[in-house]
Amino acid sequence: MSTPSRWRALTHHHLFWPTAVLVLLLLVNVPFTPDFFSIKMTGGHLYGSLVSIVLFGSPLILVAVGMTLVIATGGIDLSVGAVVAITGALACSYISDQADQSALSGVLLAMGIGLLAAVVCGLWNGFLVARMGIQPIIATLIIMVAGRGVAQLITDGQIITINSEPYKLIGGGYWLTLPFSIFVVAVVVAITVALTRKTALGLLVESVGGNAEASRLVGIRSRRIKIMVYVFCALCAGIAGLMISSNTSAADGNNAGLWIELDAILAVVIGGTSLLGGRFSIGGTVVGALVIQTLTTTIYTIGVPTQTNLVFKAAVVIVVCLLQSPKFRAKVFGAKFGARFGPKSGSTPGAKDGGKPAAAPSETAATTEAAPQMEVS
Amino acid sequence: MAEPRPVLEMTGIVKEFSGVRALSGVDFRLFPGEIHALMGENGAGKSTLIKVLTGVYSLDGGTITLDGKSVLFGSPLQAQQAGISTVYQEVNLCPNLSVAENIFIGREPTRAGRIQWKRLRREAAELVDRLGLDIDVTAPLSSYPLAVQQLVAIVRSVSTGDNLGGGSGTKVLVLDEPTSSLDRGEVQELFRLMRQLKDEGVAILFVSHFLDQIYEVCDRMTVLRNGTLVGEHMVADLDQVGLVQLMIGKELDQLEELHDQQLRADVGESLLHAEGLGRVGAIDPFDLEIKKGEVVGLAGLLGSGRTELARLLFGADQPDSGKVTIGGKQVSMSAPNDAIGAGVAFCSENRKTEGLVPDLTVRENIILALQAARGWTRPIPASQRDELVAKYIKALDIRPANPEARVGQLSGGNQQKVLLARWLITQPKLLILDEPTRGIDVGAKAEIQKLVVSLSEDGMSVLYIAAELEEVLRLSHTIGVLRDRRLVAQIANGPEITPSRILETIASGEHE
Repeated sequence: MSTPSRWRALTHHHLFWPTAVLVLLLLVNVPFTPDFFSIKMTGGHLYGSLVSIVLFGSPLILVAVGMTLVIATGGIDLSVGAVVAITGALACSYISDQADQSALSGVLLAMGIGLLAAVVCGLWNGFLVARMGIQPIIATLIIMVAGRGVAQLITDGQIITINSEPYKLIGGGYWLTLPFSIFVVAVVVAITVALTRKTALGLLVESVGGNAEASRLVGIRSRRIKIMVYVFCALCAGIAGLMISSNTSAADGNNAGLWIELDAILAVVIGGTSLLGGRFSIGGTVVGALVIQTLTTTIYTIGVPTQTNLVFKAAVVIVVCLLQSPKFRAKVFGAKFGARFGPKSGSTPGAKDGGKPAAAPSETAATTEAAPQMEVS
Repeated sequence: MAEPRPVLEMTGIVKEFSGVRALSGVDFRLFPGEIHALMGENGAGKSTLIKVLTGVYSLDGGTITLDGKSVLFGSPLQAQQAGISTVYQEVNLCPNLSVAENIFIGREPTRAGRIQWKRLRREAAELVDRLGLDIDVTAPLSSYPLAVQQLVAIVRSVSTGDNLGGGSGTKVLVLDEPTSSLDRGEVQELFRLMRQLKDEGVAILFVSHFLDQIYEVCDRMTVLRNGTLVGEHMVADLDQVGLVQLMIGKELDQLEELHDQQLRADVGESLLHAEGLGRVGAIDPFDLEIKKGEVVGLAGLLGSGRTELARLLFGADQPDSGKVTIGGKQVSMSAPNDAIGAGVAFCSENRKTEGLVPDLTVRENIILALQAARGWTRPIPASQRDELVAKYIKALDIRPANPEARVGQLSGGNQQKVLLARWLITQPKLLILDEPTRGIDVGAKAEIQKLVVSLSEDGMSVLYIAAELEEVLRLSHTIGVLRDRRLVAQIANGPEITPSRILETIASGEHE
């Protein structure tokens, strides 16, 4: 008898809808790629679609995690794509100048230079937003536009290719049978969670984003907090930049991290963090980034023509966003899934209420599953 | 002054908002060629009455007669077309357009669908000229100060009742707090224009919180309190003390027995000392001393500068003159952090916008000030945090007693207690409470007042602001009286201090 209430508790968990969407998207792949979920061990490395999704999604997860904190303060950072390009360009051009490109000290120094540049970009963004009071979308637009030019300057407009074994490890190597980048992501996510939830940083960020004036009057040094999150966001983008250039062993000032800022913002929103600021969820963002990456993978596996894949992506994103909207859910599935604090019984007319509460979940799942498939045809 | 027939007559006006009566059976009349003040404290129903008159709100009962004809306005536009024009506190014009364009926006003279620009400018110039204003109508509105923009708004509204130029077709002009952001000279210019319009036969309804202005320019006044009509008087027949009594509406004698219970002389040494502290446009420079364990109450009408004074003492607004010493040390007061560091806490009158973070839980809201003071690197240990929060939820009886509840869902009284708890756990030396009892239920009101007394007994100083004079008198050792953005008197509370004395001081601006 407790099934409905347990189901209710589950559907109202903040990770439920992002995870449901992720699972659905993964399932969509099965008819097209029957061995989608299988993972094989080849030459000491694990291979499989799931591993690939995490591997290729790693840079996005990193960028989106940094973006989450910026968005939680009520801001936004459009410059992350450019920071990805600058970091990769600096690191690769430094390595390519070395006599021994595989020397560990040179590689570490190259990474340091790249990340330092990222931190400088973050300081600049934070300075403009927190000190100069410029709207975040404008302030970060500056590096978004100018940063690619800087990256091009660093690489002389060329694609710099390198041949460095230690550097290759970050984004293309394997460790303990798994892609090394998965460990990088795990460490960064763990550090972020610890930084925000084991200290008071998360609370203060949420307070600044939730009510800026009240936060000022309570004595929170919101400028300092804002500068910190922009620096952190840029640092995450910098690590992603190292990862992307490492994966291809090349720095492409023009295309590295192109549009990643938009995917990252999308991942944050899918993860349940409001663009208005306030409450944020790192876990939600990770799931959100995986949703985006799975979507990209799905587009390839089901064979959407490359010319139209952005249209397809947009269509799925609309569905995902609608699913996240309590109002929409209340309209389509009945109040049970919609109103968070509403009455227990579904009272919305037009909802296909099965009568028995236990029957409702499977029905709803069928409806939601149908939605992305309809987009395919 | 009284002419036989009023131009506007409102009878038995009733307006309800979801079952709560904002106006119950209010009568109001307005004669041509008079300036009529609508008086009352905040929430008395002034704005509601104006909005019913101008068609913003629909009527729930009663009748409106304009020029002897019964009218019912469905929208502000209909009211305007019937000859009732309104100018609000904020200028609702387009700063990027010229003065002439602003005056005629939406009803530009046209021929064959094209705007006749020359005619528009000429007629605007004529209109401005006729009203004795020196304004270049071709200049953009934004090139003029706010006061002139206000005048342009009036020119625009008196010209809306009729066709272009010529005599004004506006019968009734409503001015809702037009003077709140003007300086003295600008107010005089506004009054000159008002008098000229009055001489032309326009009936003007004027709302202002500044009593002096009412007495300077108005002929008659209607006083509202709690949505009912208290009385209509000729300005010449009612002095300021009488008016304040009517507005606040307490029989003064009843209060006198209440306040001597709390009178105790045993306050400690000086804690805070402000010298010449002031901010232009907010409050004139003032001196204020607050002793340890002392409750200083601020009395004064809305807009008299109570909140502004408190905000300066907290660094919420930056003072542009004077200095503050707390515990013998000078504090810069350039940001709330400075004041908080010196042991000052501030509960704003605007709980929602300046106090709570509605998305966060009760627990998070309570620990916010303490956590901000500790910095982000030193989180309050979970066990200590939960213990503190539980202690204050219990001590202040916050309901629901669930630290995980989102604070936005609590009732007003409980939200206020959450804010009190937030500051009390920081153990401040001076607690500034701005209208802590506004909009909360009676039980919570009493609890908060008791709390203030016990805090003061424990040696905490309190600066207490309340619109209700009884509260201020009941709790305070010293009462600061404000009027027209000036701290006009500081009165030591004692058996001989009666509410009528305070009211006299508010009304006259002097303390003997």
